[in-house]
Amino acid sequence: MAHAHAQAHAHAHAHGHKKRYTGVMDWITTVDHKKIGILYLFAGLLFFAIGGLEALFIRLQLAYPMNDVVSAQRFNELITMHGTTMLFLAALPILYGFFNFIIPLQIGARDVAFPFLNSLGFWTFFFGGVLLNIGFFTGDTLPDSGWTAYAPLATEYSAGRGMDMYSIGLQLSGIGTLLGGLNFVVTIVNMRAPGMTMMRMPLFCWTAFITSILIVFAFSALAVGLLMISFDRLFGGNFFNTAAGGNEILWQHIFWIFGHPEVYILVLPAFGILSEVIPTFSRKRLFGYTSMVFATSIIGFLGFMVWAHHMFTVGMGAVANTMFAVATMLIAVPTGIKIFNWIFTMWKGQIRFTAANLFAIGFIPSFTIGGVTGVMLAMAASDYVFHDTYFVVAHFHYVIVGGTVHGIFAALFYWFPKMFGRTLNETLGKITFWLLLIGFNLTFFIQHWLGVVGMPRRVYTYLDGQPGWNEMNLVSTIGALLMGVSVVILVINIVITLMKPKNATNDPWEDGRTMEWAIPSPPPEYNFKQTPLVRGLDAWWVEKRAGNKEMTPAEPVGPIHMPNGSILPFIMSIGLFIAGIGFMYDTLLMIVGGLGILVICMILRSLIDDPGYHIEPEEIEGKGVKA
Amino acid sequence: MSHAHAEGHTIDHLERATLEGKNKILGFWIFLGAEMVIFGTLFAAHIGLRGELNGGVSGSEIFSLPIVAIMTALLLTSSMTSVLAIQAMHRHELKGVALWLGITVLLALGFLGLEIYEFVHYVHEYHFNIQQSPFSTTFYVLVGCHGTHVAIGIVWISLLIGQLFKKGLTVVTAPKVYVASLYWHFIDVVWVFIFTVVYLMGKVG
Repeated sequence: MAHAHAQAHAHAHAHGHKKRYTGVMDWITTVDHKKIGILYLFAGLLFFAIGGLEALFIRLQLAYPMNDVVSAQRFNELITMHGTTMLFLAALPILYGFFNFIIPLQIGARDVAFPFLNSLGFWTFFFGGVLLNIGFFTGDTLPDSGWTAYAPLATEYSAGRGMDMYSIGLQLSGIGTLLGGLNFVVTIVNMRAPGMTMMRMPLFCWTAFITSILIVFAFSALAVGLLMISFDRLFGGNFFNTAAGGNEILWQHIFWIFGHPEVYILVLPAFGILSEVIPTFSRKRLFGYTSMVFATSIIGFLGFMVWAHHMFTVGMGAVANTMFAVATMLIAVPTGIKIFNWIFTMWKGQIRFTAANLFAIGFIPSFTIGGVTGVMLAMAASDYVFHDTYFVVAHFHYVIVGGTVHGIFAALFYWFPKMFGRTLNETLGKITFWLLLIGFNLTFFIQHWLGVVGMPRRVYTYLDGQPGWNEMNLVSTIGALLMGVSVVILVINIVITLMKPKNATNDPWEDGRTMEWAIPSPPPEYNFKQTPLVRGLDAWWVEKRAGNKEMTPAEPVGPIHMPNGSILPFIMSIGLFIAGIGFMYDTLLMIVGGLGILVICMILRSLIDDPGYHIEPEEIEGKGVKA
Repeated sequence: MSHAHAEGHTIDHLERATLEGKNKILGFWIFLGAEMVIFGTLFAAHIGLRGELNGGVSGSEIFSLPIVAIMTALLLTSSMTSVLAIQAMHRHELKGVALWLGITVLLALGFLGLEIYEFVHYVHEYHFNIQQSPFSTTFYVLVGCHGTHVAIGIVWISLLIGQLFKKGLTVVTAPKVYVASLYWHFIDVVWVFIFTVVYLMGKVG
């Protein structure tokens, strides 16, 4: 893999002065993958807080029978926005934050393949998220048909502008996500440092790679589905209008062809995080690296083959149900391989129970429970009993909270010193972990029984006097409050840590194995002074064992070519945002104006070449430039 | 891959001479993968719903194959001229690139004009608008999505021709021309499927 920065110098060396911005302008114009990663992280945490508050209101409403904390309409809006916000605007963006920050460091690159596109992807996602939540500001109804937006509920029977916000807001944020996925695929294929073969790549990069491929193919199907909903709602289309001969099952197929890979999009990166955290804190290399790579790929492939298991009760027939049931159960095999590999990694390791490692270890039993109930749901016959009950709610929260959220928190504690130069408080972190573990199991474990005794999903209240419903719902609500407390402690932890001086060393965990731990925390804007030479799996561990204090360089010290920042992605996203509002309220001026802004910015981007600028060796040696 | 000729200092494959160029080409292939899913989903919807007429007209009543055949010929020819542009680029003939890209744009304009005429004709003669039936909705969204891609391609390639005259064939402009031609081939392939699935299969019922 020839690393070809040197070639880029050839045509860009002559011109090259840096446009320096500071403060807010710096963050809006940045194309640095590390800053965009931090933007993704904080935007995701913001939406995570909003989605969490929505969850608390849901649980407060359900704490007692015939409760009236919120109205039925408001409850529908809360469940819709909780699901949509958590999946699209919180979990995935936070993972994107880690992808952005960590992948280039782990593969020894100076940036992602398309820095400009990276920035565009972030801002489009962000403004899409704002559009999705704009009902909070305009006083319109919010999206209210569930995060799955089933037709005709979402098309004919949802009054107000709520589902237009859903279809258009999600369209924008989906475009942003798609651009990000494309960027990561190219980055991983083309930008690896010399010696970094695919099979020497850290597993986090592998899972990011497979996830990004899933994103490219799944989010484009969602884009079409959302387009169809928009056409039906705004222009009188007939895709899902059964009275005219349309077919609402079409929506279910399109949605789940996206929606099931989405589950793996959310959990594969968490698998990758575990595969970094557990070896580091076990002082052992990952057990079964190759089988992990293949398990990841197989899960990615099978993830596209199982979407109809969400539709067993639709009436597809016994043959289709059987095939999708078998394919679904098949996924348990590669997932089981992963579970055992993590356990074997810890086996006879020198385990350190840091907060990051606690979250990683806590992942294993929680996620396994989610996997087991997943196989129960995969049996089509029993799914007829579980379908649309709280058993399903319990199942997917074990996968998403027990899996993805544990993975995200592990990553947060593990990579925080690398991203911000300060280590999060371990004691507070451990309190967060235990409160989350207890609260999460209190909330969701009991919901399995609640489902089996017959409580349906998505009901805003229930009658008194049903067997155990009152007690179980109350326990669940208490658990949710505990989870809320644990997240508040995490936020306090982040705030007080960010106010401390930067004191993290290059390798704050001391047992770092991959290349991000070979450079300062936080890394300088060019990442590596010299592109490193990778001499094996766990490249930094290899060097440490050879007694080296830094990576073996693959090139002499020289001027480093960097791209200039640009305000265009921000303006383009505002243009899309304006056009989206125009479509929603049928305002031609805003549609034309918004799209006009977008097109003009695209033309400017095409016409004006960015020669970039150079960081000279004197600057690198002299001042120790910080990002 | 990209070795320089000793005498003229020209590069065989200008579009792949830099890492940025290689990234752009790979990224564009992946973008086309996403586009493939987008059109595939629209085709699936059309195949599923094209029999649902809601009391309106069917494809076999309204489609006029001669005009569609002309559109097909125009678009297929434009695909060939975009290949000729890339070949000219590999020979470092700036004027050849601009000429063949210009012809590509003209052919595409002809295609787009006929498509607009076709749509207007359907609406005026048969009241076949997007709201008539599931068939009409899927028809207009699928064929219209393709038409929008053609329109975007026209603007894009026209801008590229202007840039070529201003900046010449460089390692910056060459990847742009190359991915524009990839895009154009993709649009063309989609049309081959639209011609077959929408028009020919629609005509025979």
